[in-house]
Amino acid sequence: MKKVLVFVLVLLSLVTFAAAKYRIGVAIPAADHGWTGGMVWWAQYAIKQYAKDSTLEFTLVTAREPSEQVAQVQTLLAKGIDALVINPYESAPLTPICVEAFRKGVYTVIVDRGIESEEYNTYIAGDNYMYGYLAGKYIAEKLKGKGNIVIIEGIPSTINTERVQAFKDALKPYPNIKILAQQPGNWSRETAFQVMQTLLTKFPQIDAVWTGDDDMLQGVILALQQAKRDKNIVLVGGAGQKEILKMIMDGNPLVQIDFTYPPNMISTAINLAVMQLKGQNLNGFYQKGMPRKIILSTETITKENAKDYYFPDSVF
Amino acid sequence: MHLRDVISKYGILFALIVLILVAGILSPAFLKIQNIINIFWQISYIGIIAIGMTFIMIGGGIDLSVGSFMALMGALAIQTVNALGDTVGSVILSILITIAVGALLGAGSGFLVAKGRIPPFVVTLGAMAIYRSLVLNFANGGVYMSRSTKYSSIGMMRILELPVPMIVFLIYVIIASIILERTKFGRYVYAIGANETAALYSAINVDKIRIATYVIGGISVSISAILISSMMGSVSSSSTGNGFELDAIAAAVIGGTSLSGGKGKIVGTFLGALVLGVINNMLVMLNVAVYLQGLVKGLIIISAVFLQNVRRSE
Repeated sequence: MKKVLVFVLVLLSLVTFAAAKYRIGVAIPAADHGWTGGMVWWAQYAIKQYAKDSTLEFTLVTAREPSEQVAQVQTLLAKGIDALVINPYESAPLTPICVEAFRKGVYTVIVDRGIESEEYNTYIAGDNYMYGYLAGKYIAEKLKGKGNIVIIEGIPSTINTERVQAFKDALKPYPNIKILAQQPGNWSRETAFQVMQTLLTKFPQIDAVWTGDDDMLQGVILALQQAKRDKNIVLVGGAGQKEILKMIMDGNPLVQIDFTYPPNMISTAINLAVMQLKGQNLNGFYQKGMPRKIILSTETITKENAKDYYFPDSVF
Repeated sequence: MHLRDVISKYGILFALIVLILVAGILSPAFLKIQNIINIFWQISYIGIIAIGMTFIMIGGGIDLSVGSFMALMGALAIQTVNALGDTVGSVILSILITIAVGALLGAGSGFLVAKGRIPPFVVTLGAMAIYRSLVLNFANGGVYMSRSTKYSSIGMMRILELPVPMIVFLIYVIIASIILERTKFGRYVYAIGANETAALYSAINVDKIRIATYVIGGISVSISAILISSMMGSVSSSSTGNGFELDAIAAAVIGGTSLSGGKGKIVGTFLGALVLGVINNMLVMLNVAVYLQGLVKGLIIISAVFLQNVRRSE
């Protein structure tokens, strides 16, 4: 009897010890512009929230290019992980390694940039279409369907193309809105500043500017101020960067609205992996399993709700 | 002189004039005074760095670290002003500190190249990674914001309607060409780049001259960093300075500086930077489609250099 008890106890402690460690690998691109910087910050933030939970062990890696990320995931797999949360640097090159992780039984969460395969567990992403569409709709309505606008877009990429296309879709019902120019600002404040400076010289009347994100919007605002044309112009950026949110909160007349494309989707993805490993399901869902695909909504930020989105400690 | 000699000697100037004419015909707004001033303004940061690069390249070296080096110096300037408070004195002090640190780090790279006998490509490639990682680390991947309005007003200031970065750039061009083309030091820089062994036999202190070129590089990077960080009121740890090394090297090379050392002129680099600025401005003015911008830029750069080589290719 005693022997059996000891045996059971040992077995139990072994099981709890073995099950006590959930190892989660988080692989994301390195900070190469404001938004990716935000994602790195939010990944660290989410991991910090579990600092006291000894059942979890995180490994966070950041990559400067796709091949580096492939190597990092290979290392994570070799080391042994129970879940992989990855924002692929590029779709095609990262597909084989993500599929390999999935086939090995690693719970694989793909964040934002999809892979070219259905072999993964969960996909979570922002809504690029609405991100562009809502900006276009807002500008069209604000200008009452008539005016000259300028587009300063991000680095040429599928994400950017989708947003710009959606922006133009939203403008279709408004034939009197004219797109004067569409130029890349490469998601950089300095580049957007220079491009806007040039466009201001070329066009005497610009009624609205849409920049692919808030980093570039800040460059545009500087150019407008320097040319003393920061009046009677509708400005829309996107992604909810904290300096722009501060302007909206303070009721600055230049910027009155923002649309989210939240870098903290990485934090949500990390939580999804943790919940899955711990066997929890989503509150309010009748189903036991994690959803396969989650598209986060593009939320509209105005003066009224800006404080809910403002994280002064965040880097983005 | 034959026509082709004229074209070759003044090739870069010739290319520039053609570019300006084409841009002016296709988009009259290009020739507005304000736009011309903007172009000088927009090239001033790269231009100043490219001048430092010219010294280094003539001396037979190269500096790949300038982009992240600039981000680091800009961050240093902003953080120093933030720490010292919003006074004229602290702004001046932080500018001096930034230039001094830039010179010191430049000397460090130069020392490793000259005394450590490590190829400049390797030293500065390493420095590039180190500087960027330091900038990212201290800002946690975020942005360094200037809290001083006095500091952020420098880059936006105008004297006689001309933006300060442009004025600084023009003065820098003049001083640099005097140093390079009218002093003994300048002649030594050419000498060590053209033929190091011969320079050694002529009792030139090759190591000292080489280190000095990197010091000039570091000072140039610091000045550029101060201008851009004060103008934007911030430095992004992730994006500020990305790709600047390529633009700076391109400006020098378009301007006739030899990649293997011993050859080059400040005025050439000045014109090279101007060509780059005109191209960038033109792409926006003419609303060239995003995906084709690289093609247009690449073709123009190659043809500009080709024009200078007409004589040699005969």
